[in-house]
Amino acid sequence: MSVVLAVDLAGLTLPNPVLVASGCGGTGRELAGFGAFDGLGGFVTRSITVGARPGGDAPRIVETPSGLVNAVGMQNPGIDHFLATELPWLAQRQVPVFVSIVGRSLGEYAELARRLGRSPGVAGIEVNLSAPDAPGTQVFDVREPFHAASVVAAVSRDLPRGMPILAKIRSDVVRVVESARTVLDAGAGAVVVGNALPASMPDGRPGGLSGPAIRPLVLRCVTEVHAEVPEAQIVASGGIVDAHDVRAFLGAGATAVQVGTALLHDPITATRLVAELGEDR
Amino acid sequence: MTQAPRGPVHVTGEVLASKRVGAYWHLTLVAPGVPERFRPGTFVALSTGPGRIARRAMWIHRIKPTGGYGATIELVVEPVGPGTEWLVGLPVGARLEVTGPLGRPWAMPKESVSCVLVGEGYAAASLFPLAERLRERECAVTLVVAGADEAHLLSALEARRSARAVTVVTGDGSIGRHGAVADVIKEVLDQARAEVVYAAGPPATLHAVAAAAEQAGAWSQTALEAPMPCATGLCQGCAVPVVGEDGVGRMVRACTDGPVFRGDRVRWDDLEAPA
Repeated sequence: MSVVLAVDLAGLTLPNPVLVASGCGGTGRELAGFGAFDGLGGFVTRSITVGARPGGDAPRIVETPSGLVNAVGMQNPGIDHFLATELPWLAQRQVPVFVSIVGRSLGEYAELARRLGRSPGVAGIEVNLSAPDAPGTQVFDVREPFHAASVVAAVSRDLPRGMPILAKIRSDVVRVVESARTVLDAGAGAVVVGNALPASMPDGRPGGLSGPAIRPLVLRCVTEVHAEVPEAQIVASGGIVDAHDVRAFLGAGATAVQVGTALLHDPITATRLVAELGEDR
Repeated sequence: MTQAPRGPVHVTGEVLASKRVGAYWHLTLVAPGVPERFRPGTFVALSTGPGRIARRAMWIHRIKPTGGYGATIELVVEPVGPGTEWLVGLPVGARLEVTGPLGRPWAMPKESVSCVLVGEGYAAASLFPLAERLRERECAVTLVVAGADEAHLLSALEARRSARAVTVVTGDGSIGRHGAVADVIKEVLDQARAEVVYAAGPPATLHAVAAAAEQAGAWSQTALEAPMPCATGLCQGCAVPVVGEDGVGRMVRACTDGPVFRGDRVRWDDLEAPA
């Protein structure tokens, strides 16, 4: 017998609680090449900006024990190209699509929200409020929770009523509860905890650490947010590799999870997790 | 003729043989689904044990029919770090995750033309199956095999069976000509009256070959090696600066948009000296 996996998240019903994390699923087509797209609980795009971004210098990603440090620099083709060439393919699938957005100003966030809000095939918006190198990548600096709240409010104003906002915040144990509370008050339907953590590339450039190395930190953050803001819907993201990890995060209070770095190691991870969660235990 | 299956697979492979030849290890793997999808120039990504998240990309050197196992793939591995050392230390029978074949293969000429194939170090691995396919199409094949020294020269003996003419170049002059590919390439292209040039090796070598091909009026194809954290097009870690058909510069992925690129499309100066 199989288990019903559907979950309600921010007003949407997702087929299951396993989403692909931003920046780790390519355009979606790459996963589909492995038969690893259809059947996902949701797909979050890499962060899309108003203009195209060429990304950072090489090396962009280095290995570290049980993790990766990346300085990809948010390479993306910009909103025009995304809407013309990537979203139509995504929109034809049955997988709920969340478009991750990042801007240099509140105005850019609002513009992205406006254009995506009226594009068919967008289930929701994920607002990237936790870029590990905000100054270096020249994105709007959301170091303080009230900055994050102002972004969420700006996005919210320009989205059609009812389109959910996932606010991706940093899994910084000291600030995460305050951040979660603030973005939820500003109109986010759920918090994503969290992004790659600020780290250093071997050559000293700023980067973000992801993978199983950060999982215990993220689990602590999810636990604290759930305890302090019990009404918050939480999407856990950080080092999830197997079904045991998913159950640990769901047990700690998360409604859903995102799989990121593990996909870079094994492109069928998320699909396998969906299957494993669906097996009767 | 039946259509060959397309697209990569992600499977658990098994080590069937592991043999040291000079500085390299030739690893034979059972990887169901990979051999029948192979085309020269494609590669596989391997997982290299617990705690190492990034994949290791390896050229497929040949497909071998093996009794009882179906076809197998042979890879050439140079142990240069913990991941590749783990790989060459695997005993026969060990299992590992294999993804492939990945990447865009070498483009084949439609007619019988004169081809020069240049391979430096273990990267020459992908040229041997290419040479076979080209000979099947009755192309004249000239090979240049290069390495730092004799130990880093891949299958030079086999090269003599695969090609009409072979030039061997070593950095220390221990065998063949003393020097670098850049020193001999013009002469080889002229002698072969090359129309198409294929090159695999370090960026500086590829740049030199692409430039020489341009001068000689030949098409060039270059197989780029960049560290590929995922090798499946997901992470954008293996960015290559190119000029598109439209003349606009952009960053593309070595793993998915390559690894084979037209030599005149790569912005070599940006690749070799990132800002």
